[in-house]
Amino acid sequence: MFKKKECVAMLLAGGQGSRLYALTQQVAKPAVPFGGKYRIIDFPLSNCTNSGIDTVGVLTQYQPLVLNDYIGNGLPWDLDRAYGGVKILPPYQGQHSRDWYKGTAHAIYQNMRFIDQFDPEYVLVLSGDHIYKMDYSKMLRFHKNRGADCTIAVIDVPIEEASRFGIMTVDWEQRITHFAEKPKEPQSTKASMGIYIFNRKKLYPYLIADANDPASDNDFGKNIIPAMLKAGEKMMAFQFDGYWKDVGTIASLWEANMDLLGQRPVFSLEDDSWRIFTRHDPLPPQFIGDSAKIKNSIITEGCEIYGTVENAVLFPSVRVMPGAVVRDTVVMDSTVIEEDAQVEYSILDRAVSIGADACIGRRRDGTRALTVIGEGISIGAGQTVEAGIMLPDPR
Amino acid sequence: MTAAGLIFSNIHDQSIPQMTAMRTMASLPFGGRYRMVDFALSNMVNSGITKVGIVTHNNYRSLMDHIGTGKDWDLARRGGGVIILPPFVTAYENPRAGKLYTTRLEALIGVMEFIKNCTEDAIVLSDCDAVCNINLSAVLEEHEEEGADLTIVTRETNLGKADKIGGGPIVYADEDGNVTEFVEHTRLLRGAYDVSTNIMVFSKSFLMTLLLRALSHGYTSFYRQALSYAMGSARIRIYRHDGYYAKIDGLTHYFQANLALLHAQTRDALFNVKDRPIYTKVRNSPPTRYGDSAVIANALIADGCRIDGTVVNSILFRGVQVRRGTVIKNSILLQDSFTGEDVTLNCVIADKNVVIRDARTLSGHTSLPFYIGKGKML
Repeated sequence: MFKKKECVAMLLAGGQGSRLYALTQQVAKPAVPFGGKYRIIDFPLSNCTNSGIDTVGVLTQYQPLVLNDYIGNGLPWDLDRAYGGVKILPPYQGQHSRDWYKGTAHAIYQNMRFIDQFDPEYVLVLSGDHIYKMDYSKMLRFHKNRGADCTIAVIDVPIEEASRFGIMTVDWEQRITHFAEKPKEPQSTKASMGIYIFNRKKLYPYLIADANDPASDNDFGKNIIPAMLKAGEKMMAFQFDGYWKDVGTIASLWEANMDLLGQRPVFSLEDDSWRIFTRHDPLPPQFIGDSAKIKNSIITEGCEIYGTVENAVLFPSVRVMPGAVVRDTVVMDSTVIEEDAQVEYSILDRAVSIGADACIGRRRDGTRALTVIGEGISIGAGQTVEAGIMLPDPR
Repeated sequence: MTAAGLIFSNIHDQSIPQMTAMRTMASLPFGGRYRMVDFALSNMVNSGITKVGIVTHNNYRSLMDHIGTGKDWDLARRGGGVIILPPFVTAYENPRAGKLYTTRLEALIGVMEFIKNCTEDAIVLSDCDAVCNINLSAVLEEHEEEGADLTIVTRETNLGKADKIGGGPIVYADEDGNVTEFVEHTRLLRGAYDVSTNIMVFSKSFLMTLLLRALSHGYTSFYRQALSYAMGSARIRIYRHDGYYAKIDGLTHYFQANLALLHAQTRDALFNVKDRPIYTKVRNSPPTRYGDSAVIANALIADGCRIDGTVVNSILFRGVQVRRGTVIKNSILLQDSFTGEDVTLNCVIADKNVVIRDARTLSGHTSLPFYIGKGKML
């Protein structure tokens, strides 16, 4: 007999990421590359491993091929466990229902049997859309110490942005007294991070009632949390003070990448006690040629740099040829920038090729928008792609 | 034809004693993120071998740490995978009974049990003193087609220039590629000769026969006794490897072979071969971060470094830090070594975890690099 699990994590990874359009043509949002060698989903997965949670269900729906292949048996995150580990949970046909996941709550509802195999006291619900480092075991301890039925991780956001989030009002002991999903007039700045811990036995009746309600959106923020609050369950807010970024838009994805740069990065990946794990290709170290000029950038394995790289995040096997300039840009893996090409304030997806003397985007000055080139697109020699263009075109 | 591998981790420890005082030749770091054993292991894995024994002698803690379960080479297997074979001390009659093996042949006899239990048709042997990316599938194919008992991989070496060749002997063969004689290098020979790389493919049954005969006759020398006496009856063939091959024989060779990676042809021959990548232990280092004052020219840099100074013609391993004002030229800094501000290094090899404090100046010469031992603080 195996020991039962105290806590099972359920990672919602079905997000389409429609606002990242060009970058999510082939992959779900959690599989979007980030930070030189990672994908977004590496962050919640590594957080689980580092927090001592070794059982993670990953709920996939949109474009799951890359994500399934990437997660595989969970080896990079040390989640290839004999009992538990990481499991991909796609929607399935049951005897009575044959549905796609209709919402976040419905996705967990459909997988209650998966959770029950491990007989856990607690269920940790995570989303695969955010960049952050968080010790879930601290949140779990808080949840247990306060004897809560549900604990929601919250972070302070600027009041002007508060209407984009689920906003919590709490009393003196951090107990949630009021919750409003995307309120027009927010009463507080405590935003839900989409990270919940539930007592499993408390959660199930709400999931079942919600699944049987045809009017429901089957969403945690919109339905489950308000219903539990209304019923008077003990719901606590767990304050998080670290770096946390929703990378749902092109601009925020670019910003989060840039947060890794500088003498003292806003967000550092260099903490040995909280490593972010990722799947590695066997590549040689980066080679920096004679003519290269590199400033304030992060560069990784397999890259070959002969040109100028400034304020840039380069993924594996990127090649920047002599005379080429890459500035204020995120370049994903295996992209090639030929001689004397100029790339400014852009995101280049993987396997893009930029021809010699081509000109992508314009110098960043605060008024222009980012330029985005999607996976596998070739820009011919000498061509120009204006600032703010997205290829392939979303329209 | 199925094959298993056998790697000798310690045989060349004496050739670079400064760096192998605390480690095996197999775990000697090389090329920014590798250890010598990665080449032997990857060559085997890339030819479809899924069972590899690593013969150890002493100092093999760092090797065990590097290999772990073998999963980074996809060698964490139920039937086979990577198996460390520690020395078997008192198993056989020998004037030196009770001591560890001293020759290749004794090492092989010591792991006879492993060889006997292999169900594979062939056993591929390799040392850890060479940097090469060789297509062992081709060697195995030729071995099978020719119906050979043993195929020895050689490389053409110009003995006029080589100060010493170490390792394997000169291999003479007739026009058909059948080996006729092994000759130790006497320093009198001049010109191009085929020298054994000690990479070889044995038919398993032949290897077992050879070892049993060696055991009963009390042979100790692999080439001079065991193979030479078998020459008449066995089919021993030569396979000439003409790709990139660098033998690490001494600190200067180590230095030069590392810096050779700054040439694109060398990197292409080693790392950019289709379907034959070189695997190594994954450390999950973050990407390398370059600051505003970084100046880099002609350098091979691994992940996890932080660079604010100048790095020219050098190799930096994982997790190296180079602070502002520091100038590093023609040097090799092993993993996690740290240089403070305004340091000047030229022709230096700094071993793992070396700390060089502010404003130190150190210089060796390309013919004699300055070596700083593991964990030293200056």
